[in-house]
Amino acid sequence: MNVQVEQKIAFSILFLCTLLVVVPVLIILVIIFVKGAGALNLGFLFEMPTNGMTEGGIFPAILGTLYLVLGALFFAVPLGVLSAIYLVEYSQETVLSRIVKLAIVNLAGVPSVVYGLFGLGIFVLFLGFGASILSGSLTLGIMILPVIITSSREALESVPQSFRIVSLSLGASKWQTIRHSVLPHALPGILTGTILGIGRAAGETAPILFTVAAFYLPKLPQSMFDQTMALPYHLYVISTQVPGIPETIRYGTALVLLLLVLIMNLAAIILRYQFRRRKKW
Amino acid sequence: MVIIRIKGTVMIETLQKFSPAIVSHKMDLKLEAKTVNAFFGKTQALQNVSLSIEKNHVVAIIGPSGCGKSTFLRCLNRMHEVAGGTMNGTILLDGKDIHENDPVNLRRRVGMVFQKANPFPTMSIFDNVAAGLRLNGMAHNGHIAEIVERSLQQAALWNEVKDSLSKNGMSISGGQQQRLCIARALAVNPEVLLMDEPASALDPIPTAKIEELIYELKKDYTIIIVTHNMQQAARVSDETAFFYLGEIIEFDNTKKIFTAPSIKQTEDYVTGRFG
Repeated sequence: MNVQVEQKIAFSILFLCTLLVVVPVLIILVIIFVKGAGALNLGFLFEMPTNGMTEGGIFPAILGTLYLVLGALFFAVPLGVLSAIYLVEYSQETVLSRIVKLAIVNLAGVPSVVYGLFGLGIFVLFLGFGASILSGSLTLGIMILPVIITSSREALESVPQSFRIVSLSLGASKWQTIRHSVLPHALPGILTGTILGIGRAAGETAPILFTVAAFYLPKLPQSMFDQTMALPYHLYVISTQVPGIPETIRYGTALVLLLLVLIMNLAAIILRYQFRRRKKW
Repeated sequence: MVIIRIKGTVMIETLQKFSPAIVSHKMDLKLEAKTVNAFFGKTQALQNVSLSIEKNHVVAIIGPSGCGKSTFLRCLNRMHEVAGGTMNGTILLDGKDIHENDPVNLRRRVGMVFQKANPFPTMSIFDNVAAGLRLNGMAHNGHIAEIVERSLQQAALWNEVKDSLSKNGMSISGGQQQRLCIARALAVNPEVLLMDEPASALDPIPTAKIEELIYELKKDYTIIIVTHNMQQAARVSDETAFFYLGEIIEFDNTKKIFTAPSIKQTEDYVTGRFG
Protein backbone atom coordinates (compact mmCIF):
# COMPACT_ATOMS: atom_id res chain seq x y z
CA MET A 1 0.00 0.00 0.00
CA ASN A 2 1.08 3.52 -0.68
CA VAL A 3 2.72 5.15 2.34
CA GLN A 4 0.64 8.28 1.94
CA VAL A 5 -2.65 6.37 1.82
CA GLU A 6 -1.65 4.28 4.81
CA GLN A 7 -0.91 7.42 6.77
CA LYS A 8 -4.23 8.98 5.78
CA ILE A 9 -6.14 5.92 6.98
CA ALA A 10 -4.26 5.87 10.27
CA PHE A 11 -4.91 9.54 10.89
CA SER A 12 -8.57 9.19 9.98
CA ILE A 13 -9.02 6.40 12.52
CA LEU A 14 -7.27 8.43 15.20
CA PHE A 15 -9.41 11.45 14.39
CA LEU A 16 -12.65 9.43 14.45
CA CYS A 17 -11.81 7.93 17.83
CA THR A 18 -11.14 11.38 19.21
CA LEU A 19 -14.42 12.59 17.80
CA LEU A 20 -16.26 9.67 19.40
CA VAL A 21 -15.04 10.82 22.81
CA VAL A 22 -16.61 14.23 22.30
CA VAL A 23 -19.94 12.99 20.93
CA PRO A 24 -21.49 11.55 24.12
CA VAL A 25 -20.55 14.65 26.10
CA LEU A 26 -22.20 16.85 23.52
CA ILE A 27 -25.32 14.67 23.32
CA ILE A 28 -25.74 14.61 27.10
CA LEU A 29 -25.31 18.36 27.31
CA VAL A 30 -27.68 19.09 24.45
CA ILE A 31 -30.45 16.73 25.62
CA ILE A 32 -30.35 17.93 29.20
CA PHE A 33 -30.21 21.54 28.16
CA VAL A 34 -33.03 21.31 25.62
CA LYS A 35 -35.32 19.34 27.89
CA GLY A 36 -34.43 21.07 31.13
CA ALA A 37 -33.95 24.71 30.19
CA GLY A 38 -37.73 25.23 30.23
CA ALA A 39 -37.86 24.49 33.95
CA LEU A 40 -35.19 26.99 34.90
CA ASN A 41 -36.54 30.10 36.59
CA LEU A 42 -36.11 31.79 39.96
CA GLY A 43 -39.05 29.91 41.41
CA PHE A 44 -37.55 26.57 40.44
CA LEU A 45 -34.27 27.52 42.09
CA PHE A 46 -35.58 29.16 45.25
CA GLU A 47 -38.88 27.49 46.15
CA MET A 48 -39.84 24.36 48.07
CA PRO A 49 -41.22 21.43 46.11
CA THR A 50 -44.99 21.16 46.31
CA ASN A 51 -47.73 18.68 45.50
CA GLY A 52 -45.68 15.52 45.97
CA MET A 53 -42.63 17.04 44.22
CA THR A 54 -44.58 17.30 40.96
CA GLU A 55 -44.59 21.09 41.18
CA GLY A 56 -42.60 23.88 42.77
CA GLY A 57 -38.85 24.24 43.09
CA ILE A 58 -35.82 22.26 44.22
CA PHE A 59 -34.43 24.77 46.69
CA PRO A 60 -33.93 22.31 49.57
CA ALA A 61 -31.89 20.01 47.34
CA ILE A 62 -29.68 22.87 46.10
CA LEU A 63 -29.20 24.15 49.64
CA GLY A 64 -28.49 20.65 50.91
CA THR A 65 -25.82 20.09 48.27
CA LEU A 66 -24.22 23.42 49.17
CA TYR A 67 -24.19 22.44 52.86
CA LEU A 68 -22.67 19.07 52.07
CA VAL A 69 -20.00 20.53 49.80
CA LEU A 70 -19.04 23.19 52.34
CA GLY A 71 -19.01 20.58 55.09
CA ALA A 72 -16.84 18.22 53.06
CA LEU A 73 -14.39 21.05 52.31
CA PHE A 74 -14.33 22.06 55.95
CA PHE A 75 -13.02 18.62 56.88
CA ALA A 76 -10.99 17.71 53.82
CA VAL A 77 -9.10 20.91 52.90
CA PRO A 78 -7.19 21.50 56.15
CA LEU A 79 -6.49 17.81 56.59
CA GLY A 80 -5.47 17.31 52.97
CA VAL A 81 -3.34 20.42 52.58
CA LEU A 82 -1.55 19.97 55.89
CA SER A 83 -0.76 16.34 55.23
CA ALA A 84 0.47 17.22 51.74
CA ILE A 85 2.80 19.82 53.27
CA TYR A 86 4.07 17.20 55.68
CA LEU A 87 4.61 14.64 52.92
CA VAL A 88 6.42 17.03 50.57
CA GLU A 89 8.36 19.25 52.95
CA TYR A 90 9.08 17.22 56.05
CA SER A 91 8.85 13.47 55.59
CA GLN A 92 11.89 11.54 54.51
CA GLU A 93 11.65 8.75 51.98
CA THR A 94 10.90 5.98 54.47
CA VAL A 95 8.78 2.84 54.40
CA LEU A 96 6.10 4.66 56.39
CA SER A 97 5.89 7.62 54.02
CA ARG A 98 5.69 5.21 51.09
CA ILE A 99 2.84 3.36 52.75
CA VAL A 100 1.05 6.66 53.36
CA LYS A 101 1.48 7.68 49.72
CA LEU A 102 0.27 4.28 48.55
CA ALA A 103 -2.74 4.57 50.86
CA ILE A 104 -3.64 7.91 49.31
CA VAL A 105 -3.47 6.51 45.81
CA ASN A 106 -5.66 3.60 46.84
CA LEU A 107 -8.10 5.89 48.61
CA ALA A 108 -8.63 7.59 45.25
CA GLY A 109 -9.51 4.26 43.68
CA VAL A 110 -12.15 3.17 46.19
CA PRO A 111 -15.64 3.09 44.59
CA SER A 112 -17.94 5.79 45.94
CA VAL A 113 -20.55 3.33 47.20
CA VAL A 114 -17.90 1.86 49.49
CA TYR A 115 -17.39 5.31 50.99
CA GLY A 116 -21.15 5.38 51.53
CA LEU A 117 -21.09 2.10 53.44
CA PHE A 118 -18.00 3.20 55.37
CA GLY A 119 -19.78 6.42 56.36
CA LEU A 120 -22.85 4.46 57.41
CA GLY A 121 -20.75 2.16 59.58
CA ILE A 122 -18.50 4.75 61.18
CA PHE A 123 -20.30 8.07 61.34
CA VAL A 124 -23.97 7.13 61.28
CA LEU A 125 -23.91 4.04 63.48
CA PHE A 126 -20.65 3.77 65.43
CA LEU A 127 -20.18 7.45 66.29
CA GLY A 128 -23.94 7.92 66.50
CA PHE A 129 -24.23 11.02 64.32
CA GLY A 130 -27.23 9.39 62.62
CA ALA A 131 -28.16 10.17 59.05
CA SER A 132 -27.15 13.82 59.14
CA ILE A 133 -25.34 16.59 57.34
CA LEU A 134 -22.39 15.91 59.63
CA SER A 135 -22.15 12.25 58.61
CA GLY A 136 -22.61 13.07 54.92
CA SER A 137 -20.01 15.85 54.99
CA LEU A 138 -17.47 13.63 56.70
CA THR A 139 -18.07 10.83 54.21
CA LEU A 140 -17.75 13.16 51.23
CA GLY A 141 -14.72 14.76 52.89
CA ILE A 142 -12.91 11.44 53.06
CA MET A 143 -13.86 10.76 49.45
CA ILE A 144 -12.31 14.01 48.17
CA LEU A 145 -9.29 13.84 50.47
CA PRO A 146 -7.05 12.05 47.92
CA VAL A 147 -7.95 14.59 45.23
CA ILE A 148 -6.92 17.43 47.51
CA ILE A 149 -3.77 15.73 48.82
CA THR A 150 -2.59 14.74 45.35
CA SER A 151 -3.11 18.15 43.80
CA SER A 152 -1.58 19.88 46.82
CA ARG A 153 1.45 17.63 46.62
CA GLU A 154 1.88 18.36 42.94
CA ALA A 155 1.50 22.07 43.59
CA LEU A 156 4.11 21.99 46.35
CA GLU A 157 6.51 19.87 44.33
CA SER A 158 6.28 22.26 41.38
CA VAL A 159 7.68 25.12 43.48
CA PRO A 160 11.37 25.33 42.47
CA GLN A 161 13.85 24.01 45.03
CA SER A 162 15.87 27.21 44.72
CA PHE A 163 13.09 29.15 46.48
CA ARG A 164 13.53 26.99 49.55
CA ILE A 165 17.32 27.15 49.42
CA VAL A 166 17.46 30.92 49.04
CA SER A 167 14.94 31.38 51.79
CA LEU A 168 16.89 29.15 54.19
CA SER A 169 20.15 30.85 53.26
CA LEU A 170 18.60 34.19 54.22
CA GLY A 171 18.13 32.86 57.73
CA ALA A 172 14.49 31.84 57.53
CA SER A 173 13.46 28.79 59.52
CA LYS A 174 12.03 25.78 57.74
CA TRP A 175 8.49 26.74 58.70
CA GLN A 176 9.01 30.38 57.65
CA THR A 177 10.35 29.09 54.35
CA ILE A 178 7.29 26.91 53.80
CA ARG A 179 4.88 29.57 54.97
CA HIS A 180 6.31 32.51 52.99
CA SER A 181 8.39 31.11 50.13
CA VAL A 182 6.60 27.88 49.18
CA LEU A 183 2.91 28.02 50.09
CA PRO A 184 2.06 31.28 48.29
CA HIS A 185 3.37 29.79 45.06
CA ALA A 186 1.54 26.50 45.59
CA LEU A 187 -1.75 28.11 46.55
CA PRO A 188 -3.32 28.31 43.07
CA GLY A 189 -2.56 24.64 42.48
CA ILE A 190 -4.00 23.71 45.86
CA LEU A 191 -7.10 25.76 45.03
CA THR A 192 -7.49 23.96 41.74
CA GLY A 193 -7.53 20.62 43.52
CA THR A 194 -10.02 21.95 46.01
CA ILE A 195 -12.39 23.02 43.26
CA LEU A 196 -12.11 19.64 41.57
CA GLY A 197 -12.98 18.16 44.95
CA ILE A 198 -16.02 20.42 45.16
CA GLY A 199 -17.21 19.16 41.79
CA ARG A 200 -16.87 15.59 42.90
CA ALA A 201 -18.51 16.11 46.28
CA ALA A 202 -21.44 17.91 44.65
CA GLY A 203 -22.08 15.24 42.07
CA GLU A 204 -21.73 11.94 43.92
CA THR A 205 -24.86 10.04 44.99
CA ALA A 206 -23.61 6.86 46.60
CA PRO A 207 -21.69 8.38 49.54
CA ILE A 208 -24.73 10.41 50.66
CA LEU A 209 -27.26 7.68 50.01
CA PHE A 210 -26.97 6.04 53.44
CA THR A 211 -25.44 8.90 55.39
CA VAL A 212 -27.58 11.98 54.89
CA ALA A 213 -29.85 12.20 51.87
CA ALA A 214 -33.58 12.44 52.49
CA PHE A 215 -36.28 11.36 50.07
CA TYR A 216 -38.42 14.37 50.84
CA LEU A 217 -38.41 16.87 53.68
CA PRO A 218 -41.12 19.44 54.18
CA LYS A 219 -38.76 21.92 55.82
CA LEU A 220 -35.12 22.94 55.55
CA PRO A 221 -32.49 21.35 57.86
CA GLN A 222 -32.07 23.24 61.13
CA SER A 223 -28.70 21.90 62.27
CA MET A 224 -25.85 19.71 61.14
CA PHE A 225 -27.53 16.76 62.84
CA ASP A 226 -30.52 16.97 60.50
CA GLN A 227 -30.99 15.10 57.31
CA THR A 228 -31.18 17.08 54.11
CA MET A 229 -32.23 16.67 50.53
CA ALA A 230 -29.38 16.84 48.00
CA LEU A 231 -29.34 17.35 44.24
CA PRO A 232 -27.90 14.03 43.02
CA TYR A 233 -30.12 11.92 45.27
CA HIS A 234 -33.14 14.09 44.53
CA LEU A 235 -32.55 13.52 40.85
CA TYR A 236 -32.41 9.78 41.42
CA VAL A 237 -35.64 9.88 43.45
CA ILE A 238 -37.70 11.91 41.02
CA SER A 239 -36.41 9.95 38.06
CA THR A 240 -36.97 6.43 39.36
CA GLN A 241 -38.89 6.35 42.65
CA VAL A 242 -41.81 8.72 42.19
CA PRO A 243 -44.17 8.35 39.26
CA GLY A 244 -45.75 11.30 37.55
CA ILE A 245 -42.97 13.88 37.92
CA PRO A 246 -43.00 16.16 34.88
CA GLU A 247 -40.07 15.67 32.54
CA THR A 248 -39.06 19.33 32.70
CA ILE A 249 -38.57 19.11 36.45
CA ARG A 250 -36.40 16.01 36.10
CA TYR A 251 -34.26 17.46 33.36
CA GLY A 252 -34.25 20.84 35.05
CA THR A 253 -32.81 19.24 38.19
CA ALA A 254 -30.17 17.45 36.14
CA LEU A 255 -29.34 20.71 34.41
CA VAL A 256 -28.92 22.57 37.70
CA LEU A 257 -26.60 19.85 39.02
CA LEU A 258 -24.65 19.77 35.78
CA LEU A 259 -24.29 23.55 35.68
CA LEU A 260 -23.16 23.62 39.29
CA VAL A 261 -20.40 21.08 38.62
CA LEU A 262 -19.47 22.64 35.27
CA ILE A 263 -19.15 26.10 36.79
CA MET A 264 -16.85 24.71 39.46
CA ASN A 265 -14.70 22.87 36.96
CA LEU A 266 -14.54 25.95 34.77
CA ALA A 267 -13.35 27.96 37.75
CA ALA A 268 -10.61 25.38 38.28
CA ILE A 269 -9.53 25.61 34.65
CA ILE A 270 -9.44 29.41 34.68
CA LEU A 271 -7.49 29.40 37.91
CA ARG A 272 -4.96 26.94 36.55
CA TYR A 273 -4.58 29.01 33.41
CA GLN A 274 -3.93 32.14 35.43
CA PHE A 275 -1.40 30.26 37.52
CA ARG A 276 0.50 28.96 34.52
CA ARG A 277 0.57 32.37 32.91
CA ARG A 278 1.92 34.04 36.03
CA LYS A 279 4.66 31.47 36.48
CA LYS A 280 7.97 32.72 35.27
CA TRP A 281 10.36 29.99 36.27
CA MET B 1 57.04 29.76 69.44
CA VAL B 2 59.81 27.18 69.44
CA ILE B 3 58.00 25.14 72.07
CA ILE B 4 54.90 25.12 69.92
CA ARG B 5 56.73 23.66 67.00
CA ILE B 6 58.14 20.88 69.13
CA LYS B 7 54.97 19.93 70.95
CA GLY B 8 52.64 20.42 68.02
CA THR B 9 48.95 21.13 68.12
CA VAL B 10 48.39 20.05 71.71
CA MET B 11 50.64 22.86 72.85
CA ILE B 12 48.88 25.44 70.69
CA GLU B 13 45.54 24.49 72.10
CA THR B 14 46.83 24.69 75.65
CA LEU B 15 48.31 28.09 74.98
CA GLN B 16 45.05 29.26 73.44
CA LYS B 17 43.11 28.10 76.46
CA PHE B 18 45.19 30.14 78.86
CA SER B 19 45.82 33.10 76.68
CA PRO B 20 43.68 33.33 73.57
CA ALA B 21 45.36 36.63 72.80
CA ILE B 22 48.46 34.81 71.62
CA VAL B 23 46.76 33.69 68.45
CA SER B 24 44.26 36.48 67.92
CA HIS B 25 46.99 39.00 68.44
CA LYS B 26 48.58 37.81 65.25
CA MET B 27 45.41 37.89 63.19
CA ASP B 28 41.71 38.50 63.66
CA LEU B 29 40.15 35.19 62.71
CA LYS B 30 36.56 35.28 61.50
CA LEU B 31 36.10 31.70 60.42
CA GLU B 32 38.08 28.65 61.27
CA ALA B 33 37.55 25.16 59.90
CA LYS B 34 39.29 22.34 61.73
CA THR B 35 39.57 18.87 60.19
CA VAL B 36 36.24 19.07 58.43
CA ASN B 37 34.98 15.90 56.76
CA ALA B 38 31.80 16.11 54.71
CA PHE B 39 29.71 13.33 53.24
CA PHE B 40 26.84 12.74 50.89
CA GLY B 41 25.52 9.43 52.11
CA LYS B 42 28.61 7.25 52.07
CA THR B 43 30.51 9.32 49.55
CA GLN B 44 33.11 11.51 51.18
CA ALA B 45 33.20 14.97 49.62
CA LEU B 46 35.70 16.64 51.96
CA GLN B 47 38.67 15.18 53.80
CA ASN B 48 40.31 16.82 56.77
CA VAL B 49 39.89 20.35 55.53
CA SER B 50 41.36 22.95 57.85
CA LEU B 51 41.31 26.59 56.93
CA SER B 52 41.51 29.89 58.80
CA ILE B 53 39.92 32.98 57.37
CA GLU B 54 40.76 36.44 58.59
CA LYS B 55 38.21 39.15 59.14
CA ASN B 56 37.64 41.50 56.18
CA HIS B 57 39.63 39.32 53.87
CA VAL B 58 38.54 37.78 50.60
CA VAL B 59 39.37 34.11 50.31
CA ALA B 60 39.07 32.41 46.93
CA ILE B 61 38.51 28.69 46.68
CA ILE B 62 39.69 27.20 43.42
CA GLY B 63 39.90 23.69 42.08
CA PRO B 64 38.52 21.44 39.35
CA SER B 65 34.85 20.39 39.27
CA GLY B 66 33.89 17.95 41.98
CA CYS B 67 36.81 18.89 44.23
CA GLY B 68 34.48 19.78 47.10
CA LYS B 69 34.82 23.54 46.99
CA SER B 70 31.07 24.19 46.87
CA THR B 71 30.50 21.57 49.55
CA PHE B 72 33.00 23.34 51.79
CA LEU B 73 31.19 26.63 51.22
CA ARG B 74 27.89 25.03 52.13
CA CYS B 75 29.37 23.59 55.32
CA LEU B 76 30.17 27.13 56.45
CA ASN B 77 26.49 28.14 56.63
CA ARG B 78 25.20 24.63 57.27
CA MET B 79 23.39 24.46 53.94
CA HIS B 80 25.25 21.20 53.36
CA GLU B 81 22.86 19.47 55.74
CA VAL B 82 19.86 20.95 53.92
CA ALA B 83 21.03 19.15 50.79
CA GLY B 84 21.02 15.92 52.78
CA GLY B 85 24.73 15.81 53.58
CA THR B 86 26.51 15.23 56.85
CA MET B 87 29.79 16.53 58.25
CA ASN B 88 32.10 16.21 61.21
CA GLY B 89 34.94 18.35 62.46
CA THR B 90 34.68 21.83 63.85
CA ILE B 91 33.88 25.15 62.24
CA LEU B 92 34.29 28.23 64.39
CA LEU B 93 32.69 31.58 63.66
CA ASP B 94 34.25 34.25 65.89
CA GLY B 95 35.62 31.39 67.95
CA LYS B 96 32.24 29.72 68.53
CA ASP B 97 31.27 26.36 67.11
CA ILE B 98 28.59 26.91 64.45
CA HIS B 99 26.95 23.60 65.35
CA GLU B 100 26.20 24.71 68.88
CA ASN B 101 23.52 27.11 67.75
CA ASP B 102 20.42 27.10 65.62
CA PRO B 103 21.39 27.13 61.91
CA VAL B 104 18.79 29.87 61.42
CA ASN B 105 20.87 32.31 63.48
CA LEU B 106 24.06 31.20 61.76
CA ARG B 107 22.61 31.85 58.29
CA ARG B 108 21.64 35.38 59.25
CA ARG B 109 25.29 36.00 60.03
CA VAL B 110 26.67 34.07 57.07
CA GLY B 111 24.91 35.12 53.87
CA MET B 112 25.10 33.33 50.56
CA VAL B 113 25.04 34.22 46.87
CA PHE B 114 24.42 31.41 44.42
CA GLN B 115 25.88 30.49 41.05
CA LYS B 116 22.70 31.18 39.16
CA ALA B 117 21.06 34.52 39.87
CA ASN B 118 17.83 33.51 41.52
CA PRO B 119 15.61 36.45 42.43
CA PHE B 120 12.14 35.39 43.57
CA PRO B 121 10.33 35.53 40.21
CA THR B 122 6.99 36.70 41.53
CA MET B 123 8.43 39.59 43.53
CA SER B 124 9.39 43.14 42.63
CA ILE B 125 12.97 44.37 42.98
CA PHE B 126 12.07 46.03 46.27
CA ASP B 127 10.36 42.94 47.64
CA ASN B 128 13.28 40.74 46.63
CA VAL B 129 15.69 42.79 48.71
CA ALA B 130 13.19 42.95 51.56
CA ALA B 131 12.46 39.22 51.37
CA GLY B 132 15.02 38.21 53.99
CA LEU B 133 13.84 40.87 56.42
CA ARG B 134 10.25 39.80 56.01
CA LEU B 135 11.03 36.10 56.22
CA ASN B 136 12.93 36.65 59.43
CA GLY B 137 10.21 38.78 60.90
CA MET B 138 12.64 41.70 61.00
CA ALA B 139 10.19 43.69 58.91
CA HIS B 140 8.34 45.30 61.77
CA ASN B 141 11.17 47.61 62.77
CA GLY B 142 9.87 50.02 60.15
CA HIS B 143 13.08 50.78 58.32
CA ILE B 144 12.53 48.46 55.38
CA ALA B 145 12.78 51.18 52.74
CA GLU B 146 15.99 52.45 54.30
CA ILE B 147 17.54 49.01 54.51
CA VAL B 148 16.53 48.18 50.94
CA GLU B 149 18.13 51.40 49.67
CA ARG B 150 21.29 50.83 51.69
CA SER B 151 21.59 47.23 50.49
CA LEU B 152 21.06 48.15 46.86
CA GLN B 153 23.68 50.88 47.19
CA GLN B 154 26.13 48.44 48.73
CA ALA B 155 25.45 46.09 45.84
CA ALA B 156 26.10 48.99 43.41
CA LEU B 157 22.66 48.57 41.91
CA TRP B 158 20.76 51.47 43.43
CA ASN B 159 21.43 53.98 40.64
CA GLU B 160 20.29 51.52 38.01
CA VAL B 161 17.02 50.47 39.63
CA LYS B 162 15.97 53.30 41.93
CA ASP B 163 13.23 54.38 39.52
CA SER B 164 11.91 50.89 38.91
CA LEU B 165 11.83 49.31 42.34
CA SER B 166 8.34 47.98 41.71
CA LYS B 167 9.35 46.20 38.53
CA ASN B 168 9.68 42.43 38.60
CA GLY B 169 13.00 41.09 39.85
CA MET B 170 13.40 39.04 36.68
CA SER B 171 12.97 42.01 34.35
CA ILE B 172 16.54 43.25 34.77
CA SER B 173 19.68 41.86 33.12
CA GLY B 174 21.52 38.78 34.39
CA GLY B 175 24.34 40.80 35.95
CA GLN B 176 21.84 43.11 37.63
CA GLN B 177 19.91 40.09 38.90
CA GLN B 178 23.06 38.73 40.50
CA ARG B 179 23.74 42.08 42.18
CA LEU B 180 20.10 42.05 43.29
CA CYS B 181 20.77 38.69 44.93
CA ILE B 182 23.84 40.17 46.62
CA ALA B 183 21.70 43.05 47.89
CA ARG B 184 19.15 40.54 49.13
CA ALA B 185 21.86 38.69 51.06
CA LEU B 186 23.26 41.96 52.47
CA ALA B 187 19.86 43.21 53.65
CA VAL B 188 19.78 40.83 56.61
CA ASN B 189 23.09 42.35 57.70
CA PRO B 190 25.41 39.34 57.65
CA GLU B 191 29.06 39.36 58.71
CA VAL B 192 30.31 36.82 56.21
CA LEU B 193 29.33 36.49 52.57
CA LEU B 194 29.69 33.17 50.77
CA MET B 195 29.70 33.37 46.99
CA ASP B 196 29.38 30.23 44.91
CA GLU B 197 30.72 31.06 41.45
CA PRO B 198 28.72 34.29 41.43
CA ALA B 199 29.91 35.39 38.00
CA SER B 200 30.17 32.10 36.15
CA ALA B 201 27.00 32.75 34.13
CA LEU B 202 27.85 36.36 33.31
CA ASP B 203 29.57 38.18 30.45
CA PRO B 204 32.89 39.99 31.04
CA ILE B 205 31.49 43.44 31.82
CA PRO B 206 28.95 42.36 34.46
CA THR B 207 31.63 40.03 35.82
CA ALA B 208 34.00 42.97 36.24
CA LYS B 209 31.25 44.82 38.09
CA ILE B 210 30.77 41.93 40.51
CA GLU B 211 34.52 41.81 41.09
CA GLU B 212 34.67 45.54 41.80
CA LEU B 213 31.81 45.03 44.17
CA ILE B 214 33.63 42.28 46.04
CA TYR B 215 36.57 44.64 46.49
CA GLU B 216 34.24 47.28 47.96
CA LEU B 217 32.34 44.84 50.18
CA LYS B 218 35.50 43.53 51.79
CA LYS B 219 35.63 46.67 53.96
CA ASP B 220 32.52 45.53 55.80
CA TYR B 221 32.36 41.80 55.24
CA THR B 222 34.48 38.71 55.21
CA ILE B 223 34.05 37.07 51.82
CA ILE B 224 34.64 33.53 50.63
CA ILE B 225 34.27 33.04 46.92
CA VAL B 226 34.29 29.78 45.02
CA THR B 227 35.39 30.26 41.45
CA HIS B 228 36.35 28.35 38.37
CA ASN B 229 38.01 31.38 36.96
CA MET B 230 41.62 31.64 38.09
CA GLN B 231 42.12 35.19 36.88
CA GLN B 232 39.13 36.13 38.96
CA ALA B 233 40.59 34.48 42.05
CA ALA B 234 43.88 36.30 41.41
CA ARG B 235 42.10 39.63 40.99
CA VAL B 236 39.71 39.63 43.93
CA SER B 237 41.19 37.58 46.73
CA ASP B 238 43.73 38.06 49.50
CA GLU B 239 44.20 34.36 50.09
CA THR B 240 43.53 31.40 47.86
CA ALA B 241 42.80 27.81 48.76
CA PHE B 242 43.36 25.11 46.17
CA PHE B 243 41.08 22.10 46.60
CA TYR B 244 41.59 18.80 44.88
CA LEU B 245 39.62 15.56 45.34
CA GLY B 246 38.07 16.83 48.56
CA GLU B 247 41.33 17.82 50.15
CA ILE B 248 42.89 21.19 50.65
CA ILE B 249 46.20 21.03 48.77
CA GLU B 250 47.50 24.48 49.44
CA PHE B 251 46.28 27.60 51.19
CA ASP B 252 48.32 30.74 51.06
CA ASN B 253 48.54 34.33 50.06
CA THR B 254 46.97 34.69 46.62
CA LYS B 255 50.05 36.21 45.08
CA LYS B 256 52.13 33.30 46.27
CA ILE B 257 49.65 30.69 45.02
CA PHE B 258 49.69 32.19 41.54
CA THR B 259 53.36 33.05 41.27
CA ALA B 260 55.27 30.64 43.47
CA PRO B 261 53.09 27.81 44.78
CA SER B 262 54.93 25.41 47.03
CA ILE B 263 53.16 22.29 45.80
CA LYS B 264 53.48 20.84 42.32
CA GLN B 265 49.73 20.08 41.94
CA THR B 266 48.81 23.69 42.65
CA GLU B 267 51.29 24.88 40.10
CA ASP B 268 49.94 22.47 37.50
CA TYR B 269 46.41 23.66 38.14
CA VAL B 270 47.05 27.41 38.15
CA THR B 271 49.17 27.20 35.05
CA GLY B 272 46.37 25.33 33.31
CA ARG B 273 48.05 21.97 32.97
CA PHE B 274 44.96 20.18 34.31
CA GLY B 275 41.45 20.89 35.61
